[in-house]
This record gives sequence, structure tokens and C-alpha cells, in this order.
Amino acid sequence: MKTSKKRLVRRLPATLLAVALVAAACGGEDEPEAAPPPPPAEPAPAPEPAPAPAEEGCDGLTEVTVQLQWFTQSQFAGYYAAKDQGLYEDLCLDVTILEGGVEIVPIPVLDSGGADFAVSWVPRGLVPREEGANVVNIAQIFERSATLQVSWADSGIEGVEDLEGKTVGNWGFGNEFELLAGLRRNGIDPDSDVTLVQQNFDMSALLNREIDAAQAMIYNEYAQVLEAVNPDTGELFQPEDLVVINWNDVGTAMLQDAIWADADLLESDAAYRDTAVRFVQGTLAGWIWCRDQADACVDVVLDNAPTLGRSHQTWQLNEINALIWPSTNGIGVMDDTLWDQTVDVAVTEGILSAEPEGEAYRTDIALEAIANLEAEGLDAGGSGWSRATVVLNEGGE
Amino acid sequence: MASSSTSRRQRARRSLIFAVFLVALALLYTGYKAVGQAIDDTQRDWWVVGSFLPRSDDKNMPPVLDILAEFGKAPREGGTTIGKLTFDGALFTLREAAVGFGAGTIIGLAIAVVLLQSRRAERGVLPYVIASQTVPLIAIAPIVVVWGRTNFGFLPWEWEDWMSVSLIATYLTFFPVAVNGLRGLQSPSPEATELMQSYAAGRRQVLRRLQLPASLPFLFPAFRIAATASVVGAIVGEISAGVRGGLGRLILDFAGKYITGPERLYVAVIGACITGLVAVGAVALAERLVLARRGELAR
Repeated sequence: MKTSKKRLVRRLPATLLAVALVAAACGGEDEPEAAPPPPPAEPAPAPEPAPAPAEEGCDGLTEVTVQLQWFTQSQFAGYYAAKDQGLYEDLCLDVTILEGGVEIVPIPVLDSGGADFAVSWVPRGLVPREEGANVVNIAQIFERSATLQVSWADSGIEGVEDLEGKTVGNWGFGNEFELLAGLRRNGIDPDSDVTLVQQNFDMSALLNREIDAAQAMIYNEYAQVLEAVNPDTGELFQPEDLVVINWNDVGTAMLQDAIWADADLLESDAAYRDTAVRFVQGTLAGWIWCRDQADACVDVVLDNAPTLGRSHQTWQLNEINALIWPSTNGIGVMDDTLWDQTVDVAVTEGILSAEPEGEAYRTDIALEAIANLEAEGLDAGGSGWSRATVVLNEGGE
Repeated sequence: MASSSTSRRQRARRSLIFAVFLVALALLYTGYKAVGQAIDDTQRDWWVVGSFLPRSDDKNMPPVLDILAEFGKAPREGGTTIGKLTFDGALFTLREAAVGFGAGTIIGLAIAVVLLQSRRAERGVLPYVIASQTVPLIAIAPIVVVWGRTNFGFLPWEWEDWMSVSLIATYLTFFPVAVNGLRGLQSPSPEATELMQSYAAGRRQVLRRLQLPASLPFLFPAFRIAATASVVGAIVGEISAGVRGGLGRLILDFAGKYITGPERLYVAVIGACITGLVAVGAVALAERLVLARRGELAR
């Protein structure tokens, strides 16, 4: 965490040196008006962000960084909403959201101190953990898997068993295990009974009919097909043109987006644990806001990423909400059954050599966060939520 | 003596040639597309030709006019146009590249001067300098970014991720400068060096008065290579490290939406080409200024 720099600054006597340090370390962003030099012999003042009314209780903001697993999009709307709506600030946090990249893997970044928290799929957290990364899942945001296998409606593929003998695309790089496990459970040997092909991270292979079934995230690639023009009709493709295999229904779904933290630090550093509770609480509040104010939430995402199209992100948020809500144990709190299912698939598919040792997830932080949210009258279960109807435009515009 | 009117005429001719080249390129592209599609339409089942040629349909090769029109379109209603996004991205990437180029030039020259001092140093170190360029960039990019976030707290300014990208550009830039710089520094004839020494010139004076000026004609080609390398390094660095704001991100972003808007990716790639040209152009301009002052304008 970066609190130490500020603490240090605060403790130094306000000599010229300290003034210079404050100007250098905090100038610009959090203190737009670097106050005139404080009277000598007094400690330098804690930062006083002027326009935030709800944080009287704050003794300065704790700087927190969170490493995402990909770029800004509605998949991470809750974090951006919490930041934009001042929900983190209300909890005395100054959160910096670090976007992912092609080669940025969140868990190693977290483990090496490059971020205070990380957002990562569960298998991608467990593998580095087995290799020695000291991380723990503190809040399971998505309860359902978003990975689909998509085919044309005229292909005759209605279920997993119909994939036998077909050409099946997948992205590889750890995205294929729900598919492989699903095939095996239906008596199809992935090595001999289907032709598995590496698929680009788009749907062109399906559109060109080079493959029979394509891997797709329900919130991205699946929507991209529906944003493309069907050359036969001149209109956009419709959901009726497609059939999907949903791994949540097949029973080989693996848990996806979760918040991970440094396991050792949680035990040894009470301040870090406290920060973790506040960070999770703010994030969950952000997701609740995005559930209840979906349109405004999409605006927040769009403000943070000028290249994104509106209808695509509206679709994406709607589907992301469907991955979270309704939430069995309250958002962020792990569902043991789904955890066990994830670990089971991971071990049988050889992603993990054995079940995770020790505490790979904990629910105390999320439960504490939820209790605080419910005390504010927020609904952490979302049982009343239902999918909206989103109209996609060509190209996701 | 070159009068200003002839040089202006020369410049006009060069612009004309460039314009003709661009038009020819567009025509070639369109021509290939037309032929490819004609083959597709009539000989779809003739696998030898049909599957041998790269696809030429509108998804894979959008028409030139569509690509040009895309500059003015926005990813969403009322949003920033693709052209403006690309322009902003190019500026962002150019800044990363320029910082990387500057740092790489300094480091490269420093290495060249050090290696100049002894053949043994040259023989001992140069292989490692060369080996450094075989390390794949995408492997080191994330390391550099995490490094920057965690280890550069001692710096008087706040380290930002784009500076890590500059560092990656530096890594590509220093190499041609070091190698060519060394050759340039070694280029004066032994007689010239001996003459300097007979005038009791010290090592430093020989370097400043003889070797550095002599190395300039070697350095500028290296700078041109380094300029393109710094832009490439910046783009690749952005892509692997997830830095937002530049062309790398834009290319990746648009590549992900290729099936519904291939034109965008072409726009971003054209932006990257222009950015590289601007970088090289800046070096060429500097070369003209420096060499003209020395009365050595080669061409």
C-alpha cells in the first residue's frame, strides 16, 4: 500500500523540505490548491479533499490500487461506479484502478506488490497459488460463468452430446477447461471424438462457418454476433439464429471474477485487513448501484473508455448483472457448492495437481462488508432483479 | 549552390511522388480486392486459387473509401470520432516513444563511448549488448511495469505506467545507437588520431573534436532506425502492459471488434504508420539541420 508515503509526510516537521515533499508527493491530483506553507513547527496537514461531503470521519484517504484482468468495460462496472459515485471515498479510500493487458496477469502482480488487490477468475488465482503465490479470494463477485459454446441454429447442435464429430473452437490459454470437462462428462473424448481448434478472440470463425461451435463470453463475443449483419437478410443476426451451450447448466462451470488479496498481509497487518473490508464494501456497493441504476452505470463505463459502443456495453452490463444477481449468499460471499465444482473440474482436468491447500477463499471480509451495506439499507441479494431487454445496434454502437 | 527555389521545387516533387505512391497503393489494394472477389464469386470451389489467396472480402479488406470514412465516425453516437481517437493515441504514443528515444540515445552513446576505450571492453561487452535484443519484448514488458510500480518510489516524481512503456522503447532504441555510434567513433583514420595526439590533444579532446563529429554520419541512420523502433516499442509495450491512451491500446481494442468494424483497425494501423513516419521525419529534419550547419549535407 502507498499509505506509508503520506504517513511519512505527515510526521515530518513542516520545514521547507517537508513543504517541498508535500508539493512533490501530493501536489496536483488530490490537492489542487497546495495550501500556503503551514506555520512552522506544526506537522504538515493531512490532505483535505474539499468537495466530498460524506467523509467527515476520514483521517486522510488510504491509497489503494486494484489490478483488473482486462481493459475497462462493463465487466468491471462496479469498480468504476464505486470510484465515480464516491462510494470508495465515503469509506476513506482513494482507489486507483489498473487496467489489465495482454501480458498482465493479475495474481502475480498482486503477489509481487504491484497492486493491493486483484480481480481474477478463480482458476487463474488457484494456479499461481498452488505455485506459491500467497493470495486468497476475499470476495466472489460473479456467481455464474459467462462462457458459452455458440453454434448456428441450423447446425443441429442442441447439447454437449451433439458436439461429437464436430469442429469446436476454443481460445485456449486456460479458457477451454469447462468445455473439456463438459465433453468428458458426456462421454466424448476431447482428444479423439471432436476436432478442437484454436480460435481467435472473436467470432469470425463462426461467422465464416469454419467451425461448428465457437467459444464466446455471453457479455462480449456472443453479443458481437448479434451486432453483425446477416448477409442473407440484410438485418442483424438474431438470437434465434444461434444455439448456445451454457456451462452453468451442464454443471462444469468454473467461477470467474473474484477479488483476491495478499493472504499473509491479511493475517499480519490489521490495517490492510481493514482496508480490504472497506474496499470490498465499496466495490459491492458499486455493483449494487449498477444493478439498480444500470443506465447511469453504463454512462460511467463509457466515460472511462471512449472507444466503447453504448449498446454493446449496455448489453454487457445486463449480462454481468445476470452473472451476479440474484446472489445466493449475498454478493461477494462464496457459494461452497460452486467453489467445490470449480476445484473439482480444475483437479480432474489437471489444471491443479491437487485441491488447494489451506485457506484459498474466505468469506469473513465479504460478510462484514455486506453487514455494513445492509445496515445502510442496501439489498445484497438482489432477488428481485430481472434481466432487461437490450437492443443491440450494428457494431455495438 | 542550391538556391531556395530549386529546393522548393524538389520538395514539391517529393510530395507529389509520395501522393502518387499513396494513390498507387490504394489502387493496388482495390485491384487485388476486385480480382480476389471475382475469383471468389466464380471459382469458389476451385480450392487451389480460392483457398490460396488471402481473403479479399469486405470483412478482411474493407474498401478504401470505407476506411477513409471511418476516420469521421464515432464508436457511439455523439462520441469522439475514430480519427480524433487515433490522433490523440498517436500523440500519447509519440510522447512515450520520444522519451524512450531520448533515454535510449543517451544510453546508447554512453555505451559506445565506453566500448571505444578498449578493444577488450568491446569484445567483452558487445555480445551482451547484441544478446539483449534477442529477449522478447512481450516477456519483459509486464516485468518492467510491475517494477515501475513497486521499485521506483524513490524518484522525485510519481512513476506512471506510460513511463514503463518508455523504458521498453528505450530498450529497443539504445541498441542501434550503441552499435553504429561505436563504428562511427572508430571511423577516423589512425593518421587523424595521431595528428590530434601530436598536437597534445587529450583523450577527451580527441573524442569531442574528432571522433564525435566523425560519428554523426553513422549516428543519423541509427537514429532513424531507433525512431521507428521506439514507436514500435511503445506500441508493443502498451499492448502487453495494458497502458491506456495510446495507439497500442487502440489497435488491441479495435482488433477485438474486428468482425463488426474492420475499418477501425485499419484506421488505427494507418495512424501507427503515420506516427512512425513522423518520428523518422523528425530525425531527418534534425539531420538536415545539424549536417547543414556543418556544411556536410550529404545529399
